Amino acid sequence: MSEGISAQEAAFRDLRRQRRLSTLIGVLVLGACLLAAAWMSEFYPSTLVAGAPRIGEYFSRILPSLEWAKLLSDAETEGSLAFWLYRADAWLLLLFETAQMAAIATVMGASVALLLAFPAAKNLGAPNWVFQLTRRLLEATRTVPEIVFALIFVWAFGVGALAGILAIALHTTGALGKLFADAMENVELRPWDGVRASGGTWFEACRFAVLPAALPDLLSYAMLRFEINLRSASVIGFVGAGGIGEELYKVISFNYYEEISAIILLIILAVMLIDLTSERLRRRVIEAVA
Amino acid sequence: MLEIQGLTRRFGQKKAVDGVSLQIPAGQMVGVIGRSGAGKSTLLRLLNRLAEPSEGRILFNGKDVTALRGRALRDWRTDCAMIFQQFNLVQRLDVLTNVLIGRLNHRHGMMAKIGSLLCHFSPEERAMALAALDRFDLLSTALQRSDTLSGGQQQRVAICRALMQQPRLLLADEPIASLDPRNARTVMDALTQVNRDGITVLVNLHHLDTAREYCDRVVAMQQGHVVFDGPPSELNSARITQIYGLTEAEFQAEAAAAVNARSEFEFPRQPALA
Repeated sequence: MSEGISAQEAAFRDLRRQRRLSTLIGVLVLGACLLAAAWMSEFYPSTLVAGAPRIGEYFSRILPSLEWAKLLSDAETEGSLAFWLYRADAWLLLLFETAQMAAIATVMGASVALLLAFPAAKNLGAPNWVFQLTRRLLEATRTVPEIVFALIFVWAFGVGALAGILAIALHTTGALGKLFADAMENVELRPWDGVRASGGTWFEACRFAVLPAALPDLLSYAMLRFEINLRSASVIGFVGAGGIGEELYKVISFNYYEEISAIILLIILAVMLIDLTSERLRRRVIEAVA
Repeated sequence: MLEIQGLTRRFGQKKAVDGVSLQIPAGQMVGVIGRSGAGKSTLLRLLNRLAEPSEGRILFNGKDVTALRGRALRDWRTDCAMIFQQFNLVQRLDVLTNVLIGRLNHRHGMMAKIGSLLCHFSPEERAMALAALDRFDLLSTALQRSDTLSGGQQQRVAICRALMQQPRLLLADEPIASLDPRNARTVMDALTQVNRDGITVLVNLHHLDTAREYCDRVVAMQQGHVVFDGPPSELNSARITQIYGLTEAEFQAEAAAAVNARSEFEFPRQPALA
C-alpha cells in the first residue's frame, strides 16, 4: 500500500472517530434534556404503567354493546346499531353545523393567510420590515391556543358559533400563513424573472409567477387544515362556542359512555370524508390549468 | 440608439462586467459571445435592470435609464423585452395567458390592474395575443398548459410574450442553448423576423456560426471586458485564437458545456418593489 493511501485511510478513521464522538455527545445531551423534560412535566413511567389499563377500561366502557343477531333491528332493541346511534339525526345536524363552522373558518383563515404569505416568503423580497411584521403577526396568531381566542370572542359576541368561527379562523391564519409562505419559498423563480422583465409589478409577479406554481401545495395544506379545524370546532364547543362540542361535553360530563363513542365515530367518519374529497380535489388542481 | 457608458457590475471582489461601453443604433441585430463567466448574461440583465449596475450609465435615445424606479422602471422594462435560456414561462398557466403577461404593464388604472390580477383581459388584447401566436405557428397551442410544449415552442411563446410588450429592444439571453438544432433554427428565424420589424435585438450566443449567420454585428467579451466589436466577417478563426488563446472548436465545446452547467445557476435578485 502506498503512503498516500494509508494516510487517507488514517484521515478517514480520524474523521469517523470525530463524527461518532459528536453523534454520541448529541444523543447524550438530547437524552438528558428528555429526562429533564419528563421529570419536570411529571411524565413518570410508574404513573404510565399504573394508568395504562384504565385507558382500556374507559374504552371498553364507551364501546357500544352490540349484538350480532340484533345488529339491524330498530332503535327500541338493545344491542342494535340504531339503538347505539339513537340520536344520530340530532348529532348529524350538529356535526353538519360543526363542519360548516370549520369550513367558514378555514376559508376565512386561508384567505387572509394567502394575502399575508406573499410578503412572508423570504425569496419574494418584500421590504424587510414588512417581512418581519407579517412573520411575527403569523407567529402571534398561531401561538395563542384557539380555546383562548374562543373565550375572548364568547365574552365579546356571546355564546354561539360566531365566536368559535372567529377563534378558529384566527388560528388558521397563523398556521396556514406560515405553511403557505414556506410553500412559496420553494417555487422556482424563473417565471418571476419573466414577469418582472415584462414590466409586471410585484403583485402581478406574485399572482402570475408564484400562485400557479404553489397552488396544489396551498390547496392540500388548506384541506388538511379543514380536517384539523373540524376537530377544533368539535372541541371548541366545550366553552360554549357552538357545534357538536357542546353535546360532546355534555355526554362526557354526564358519563353517557356509549354516546361518547357514537359521536367520536361520527367525527372520524366526517374527517375521512374530507380526506377523500381533498385527494380528489388536489388531483384535479394539479392537472388543471391554473 | 442604445448607449452603454463604462458599465460595471461587481459581485464582491469580482467584476462580472467591467467598464463596458457600446453604442448600438436602432434596428441592429447584435450577437454577444464569450466564454463562461465573461459577463454576457450579467450585461443583459443590467440593461433591463434585473441586476443593478455598480458603476456606469445606460442611455436609451438620450434618456438615462440607470436610475429609474417604480413606474418608470417598469416602463423601461416594457420597452426592452427579454427572453431567457429556460424560457421562464409560467408552467402551469395556458399559453395564451403566458403571452398576455407581456401586456400587464400596458394596463393602466386601478380597475385594469385589479382585472389583471383576476386574469381578465380585453378581447382586443386576446386578439393581439392570438395574432402573435399565429405568426409563429402556435395558434393551436393557445389553450394548452405551457409545460406541454416542446422547448422550441416554449421559446417562441416567450418571444410572443415579448412582442406583446411592443418593445423597442429585445434582449435574448442564450435563447437557443437548451434547444436541439432544428428548434434552435426556428427560434433564431423568429428573432430575425422580430428584428425586421425594426426592433433592436441583443442576443447572447455561444455558437459562433449562429452569430455569423444571423447577426449584423458581433461583440466578444472576456472577463467582463469587450475584446472585439465588429462585423462577423472579421471574427474569423485566427481572430478567435488571438483573443481567447483557443481554437474555434475548443471555444465552442467549452462554451456549450458551461451553458448547460449553468441552467441551475441563480442570479442575485434585486429588491422587490424597485
